[in-house]
Formats: sequence, C-alpha cells, structure tokens
Amino acid sequence: MSESGIVAETAARIFADFGDPQAIIHAKDGAWKQPLWKALSESGLTLAWVPEQQGGAGADIADGFAILSVAGRYAVGVPLAETLLAGWLLSRAGLAAPAGAMTVAPARPNDRITLNPDGTLRGRARGVPFAKDAGHIAVLAGSSVALVEAATCRISDGLSLAGEPSNTVTFDGVRPTQIAPAPERFDQTALMLMGCAVRSVETAGALEAILDLTVRYANERVAFERPIAKFQAVQHALARLAGEVAAALTASGSAADAIAHAESFDDGVFLEAASAKIRSAEAAQEGAAIAHQMHGAIGFTNEHVLHRYTLRMLSWRDDFGSESHWAVALGNRIAARGSDEFWPLIAAR
Amino acid sequence: MTANLSFDPIRLPEECETLRQEVRAFIADEVAAGTFDPDRPHDGDQHSPEFSRRIGQKGWIGMTWPKKYGGQERSFLERYVVTEEFRVANAPVRLHFVADRQSGPVLMKYAPEHVKVDVLPRICRGEVCFAIGMSEPNSGSDLFAAKTKATKTDGGFLINGTKIWTSNAHIADYMIGLFRTSQPTKENRRHGLTQFLVDMRTPGITVNPVYQMTGQHDFNEVVFQDAFMPDDHVLGEIDGAWKQATSELAYERSGPERFLETFYVLTGLVRALGPTPDLRSAEGLGRLAAQLHTLRRMSVSVAGMLQAGKEPVVEGSIVKDMGTVWEQKLPARVRELAAFIEEEEGNRATLEDQLAFATMIAPKLTIQGGTTEVLRGIIARGLGLR
Repeated sequence: MSESGIVAETAARIFADFGDPQAIIHAKDGAWKQPLWKALSESGLTLAWVPEQQGGAGADIADGFAILSVAGRYAVGVPLAETLLAGWLLSRAGLAAPAGAMTVAPARPNDRITLNPDGTLRGRARGVPFAKDAGHIAVLAGSSVALVEAATCRISDGLSLAGEPSNTVTFDGVRPTQIAPAPERFDQTALMLMGCAVRSVETAGALEAILDLTVRYANERVAFERPIAKFQAVQHALARLAGEVAAALTASGSAADAIAHAESFDDGVFLEAASAKIRSAEAAQEGAAIAHQMHGAIGFTNEHVLHRYTLRMLSWRDDFGSESHWAVALGNRIAARGSDEFWPLIAAR
Repeated sequence: MTANLSFDPIRLPEECETLRQEVRAFIADEVAAGTFDPDRPHDGDQHSPEFSRRIGQKGWIGMTWPKKYGGQERSFLERYVVTEEFRVANAPVRLHFVADRQSGPVLMKYAPEHVKVDVLPRICRGEVCFAIGMSEPNSGSDLFAAKTKATKTDGGFLINGTKIWTSNAHIADYMIGLFRTSQPTKENRRHGLTQFLVDMRTPGITVNPVYQMTGQHDFNEVVFQDAFMPDDHVLGEIDGAWKQATSELAYERSGPERFLETFYVLTGLVRALGPTPDLRSAEGLGRLAAQLHTLRRMSVSVAGMLQAGKEPVVEGSIVKDMGTVWEQKLPARVRELAAFIEEEEGNRATLEDQLAFATMIAPKLTIQGGTTEVLRGIIARGLGLR
C-alpha cells in the first residue's frame, strides 16, 4: 500500500470511530467534536502539511489531499481542511504552526488584507470557514504571511448552508503573533487555487459517499413491487450521478496531483485548480439534485444522513471563489492567450 | 465503496511530449503543403490514402503493436497523444483510424498467425481501411439480434444478409463482421454469433451508399449474397463472439475522439471573441474549458489504466457518455456565447460556417459506437443495479 493509502486509512479509521455521520445526527450537542479533534491531532493529521521542524507531521502534499478525500467521504464537521490549509500557508513562509484548530484568510478572491507600517493588519475577510471555532487564523496580508490569534479579531456570527461557522473576520488594528514574507511568486491567487483544490477534493469525496448511499438505497427501496434500482429511469439517473462523481474525482485528483508536482502556481496549475473548482461545483449541484430525487422524501428529512453531504458540498461552492468567479478568470486567461494557445494549454499534461 | 470508480491522475511521461512536438511539426508541414485545412472540417471526406501512408511511414499507426506485426511497441499514452493531435487538427485519418483503434487489436487477439502477419503490417503502413459490420436493418443497439447468416460449407462459410449504417464500407479493404452461425439458446440469447474477417473484394458483396444529413457519404448498406469466407477468417470462437466484444469497448469508447470531433468550434470561439471578451462570454468559455479539461483528464486516465493492463469498461463507458453528451451541446453553447459578436468581424463568418457543420454533426455523437442509453445501462450494471 502506498504512503497516501496508509495515511488515508488512519484518517478513515478515526472518522469512523469518532465522526460517524449517522451518530452525529442523533447527537444532542457538539460533544462529539472534542474526541474527534483530539484523535485527529494526536495522529498528526491536522498538521499534515507542516514540516516536522515547524511542529507538524511533515506529510507530503499528496498525503494531505488523501486525508481530505476521506474527510469528504465522512462529511467531517470539524475544521480539519481549514487547519491543514492554514498550516500549509504558514509553512510557505517558514512559520511554525500552533496547536489547535486554525483557519485561513482571506477566503474570497476579492477580499484584501494588508499590513500597516506599524506592523498591525488592516482589512476584512468574508466567508471565512470555521473562524468562530478556530484558535488561530493564518493570514495572507499582501506579500506577508501572518499568524493571528482569533480572539484578537472581530468575528461576526454566521453559518454556511451546511450550518457550519462561516464568518466575516475584521483584522483592523490586529497585531499578528508571528509574521514573515511570503515566498517569491506566491500571491493571493496561489492561496485561492490551493483552496480550490482542497474544496474540490472534499467535494469528490462527498460525492463518492453520496453515490454509495444512493446505490444502496435504490437496491433496498421497493416500490411497485420491486427494488427501484430495477427501473431503467432510476438506473440512468444513477449512471449520470456516477458520471458527475467521476468528473469531480478526476478534476480534483488531477489538480491535487498537479499541485503536488509543480514548482509554482503557473498557468498549468491555474487551469487544473480552477477547472477542478468549476467542475466539482457543477458536479455537486447535479449530483445533489439526482441523489435527493432518488431518495425521495426520506432524503429530505433531518434524520437522514444525505444532507450532511449535499449541503456541505453545496456550501463549498462559495469558498475560495465560486465556479462563476473561476470560470470568468479562466475564460479571460484563455482569451488573452489567443486561439493558437488554447489547445496547447489543454494538452499540457 | 460499492461503486469503486477509479480515475487515477496520469501525467504523460516525457517521451509523450517529445512525440507531441514531432506530430505537431508533421501536421504543420502537411497543412503548409495543402493536404488539409484544419479550419475547414467540412471539406472533403477526411479520407486521404497518401496522407495515411505518410503517417504510416512515421510509425504512428498500430504504434502499440508488436514489432513483428509492423508496430512500434510504444505505449497507449503515446498513441493517445498522436490520436488527439490529429483529431484537433481535423487531419484526414479516416482510412486508417478504425483499423488502428479497434480492428487491428481484434485481429491481434483472435486471427490465425498467418492472417496477422499478412494484414497487420499493411494496417501499420496506412494501406488498408477497415469497416465494422455490426448494425443491421433490424439490429442496432441490440447487437445480439443480428440475423445475417454464415452457413458452413466446404472450407469456409457462405454469408447471406445485410449490414447497414456501415461507415467506410465504400472505401474499405476489410470488414470485421458479426454473423449468425447458430440460433440463440434459451439460456443465452447472446449465443450463436461469430466474428469474421471479411475481404471486401469477395464476390457476392455489394456496397450501396446511404448519404447522411450533412450531405456527406460515410454510411453504407452492405449486402451479402453467398459471399464465401474461408475458415481461417473466423476470428475467435464460433458462436462465442459475445465473449469477445466487451474488452474492446474500453478502447473504442474512451478515446479523445469521443469529445474532440468538433473542437474547432471552441478554437473558433476563442478567435472570434478576441483577447478581451465580455463577462458573459468569459464565464461561458471558462466553463467549457474546465469541462473539456476534465473530460480529457478522464480519458487520459483510462488510457493509463489500459496501459497498466486493466479493463476499465465502466470508466470507458462513462467517458463516452459524458464526452458525447458534452460535445453534442457544444455547438449550441458556442452559438450562445458568440451571439453578440458583431456581424462584420471577419472571424465570425468562419465560426458560423463551422457551427453550421458541427450542429449537423451533433446528433450522431451520442449514437455512434454505443448509444447514451446503452452506455448508461452498462454503467448501471457496473454500479450493481442490474
């Protein structure tokens, strides 16, 4: 088994033991979060992308994405992806990662955080996932990477479509506990593209779980005296769902692989990560619609596990730039390169 | 995981990029010499014996096959690169493409050695054209309803019946035909069909043209009247063709030709929009690019799995289903995105020409090589629903 396979298996075991989506639905409060987080951080998964000398697990990029794929499959409701991403951003600038949950800002392409001459920050980041639950926030402020304590920022209330914290964070006058220059050729677009890859990989994982749930349900549910899986209309709908899952898996896997092997966030990585975000968001939308249709009324209930996947991936569409944002950006790039350069870009890998 | 879909990210190895540059240079020379015009896919019938021979001389036909049969023993990924570069250039590869993609591999697996030694090197040299004789007037998607009969006689079989919608039959040297050698059994309705290598010069074969709605000639009706097939032209097991059909499907269905046949409208759109498109066009173009990129990565992934010796039948069917449905909508999407480009702009006229042709082509994409409905049935079986 590959290195990524072992890491993914560890992650899957922890999620199954401490974060089973069905058990979480029946839980009366958020008490399940603490043991899940403890198990994840003790196994080093939360700081997978932080080198060992900076306090992390020093896993490679592919391992981190493997963890996120599994996290998507278990609809994990703790800031694991956000902490991974924050650790990754800090390590770009050689900063050590603190213990505990983190998130990253900005989380939208058009929000800007800047560094004041007196060493404090200025600016506002909207839609920051899990900011309310995070101890620290890793911030890209112009060409610097900063670590701030969440408690020193003004953080609005707010929930995503999936009922998880999604907050506006105001950094005006906040003094970072650590700051260092970002590496050369690393800018906000690079951070957003990494965020795109993260959300795409999670979305593909969620879609895999959704396909499994829906196939199982279609084989179990009897209507008109046979399992609904025997109806051609149902079979074809599920074949289309499989296609959407395949598209999300491929686009996200390809982007993750491209980032793991690229020297910088060049045009090739831009195509990969932007495409992954666009296509996985489309797949989330199509896939959620088909899965809900196949489940009928039961899938629309609070007690059924389906919405833990569908709402999560639908809310991820907005993080780190929506599919519309990236489609415009990608379209403009292609147009600027000109028609002769279009195919060579597509065929680059 | 019940479904277990697998699309590993494949990075094309270094030798593929070198090869790609060679192919592009070759195509550029051919275009410069006037062999074909990449922007005019509707010219001619994509059939050029001289061009196919020159490609054969480069070693780019049957390139994955053993050297003893004229091949180059190169990888499926290298073949992938050659296929996609010729496809996006609209190069006239009709003569050799079917043989290269599927007929050759069938012969390799099921033909007697002396037939392989005779036919395969000629395919590699770009000298012979193949047709596929499957559909009949009352047997299309349901291949096992085929009625054209092969009756045993001294030293071979006599064929009687009619194949239809047979692409290339009017220019083909050979056909791989599916004929009935026995009746189906109660237990197995797929039993009783046999694959044959048909020499199209055999007396008793008549080819009648069936023109398409584009005005082009591709389809034919092929009538067999006591056409004699020698015993050594039987491919594989008598009555057992149903066992042989499925493994070809991944090759046939997952290639880049399944979503790049009308790629020119996308290049045409980029050209017509110019360097600073409006917001609506930029978004539309970006989405199409992301969708195409994803399809291509899926297709490359299947090529990688084939190279690794796997049989990704479900994944291949998904690529064809999604690829053809996407491409079928492509001309309509491009038309919408080009709607506000001024009439006078020079590039618009070219795009309109291309769009008209792509719009006429579009309906066939989800029919040829396995309809959407058949593919979704295969995918559903793979998911454990049937």
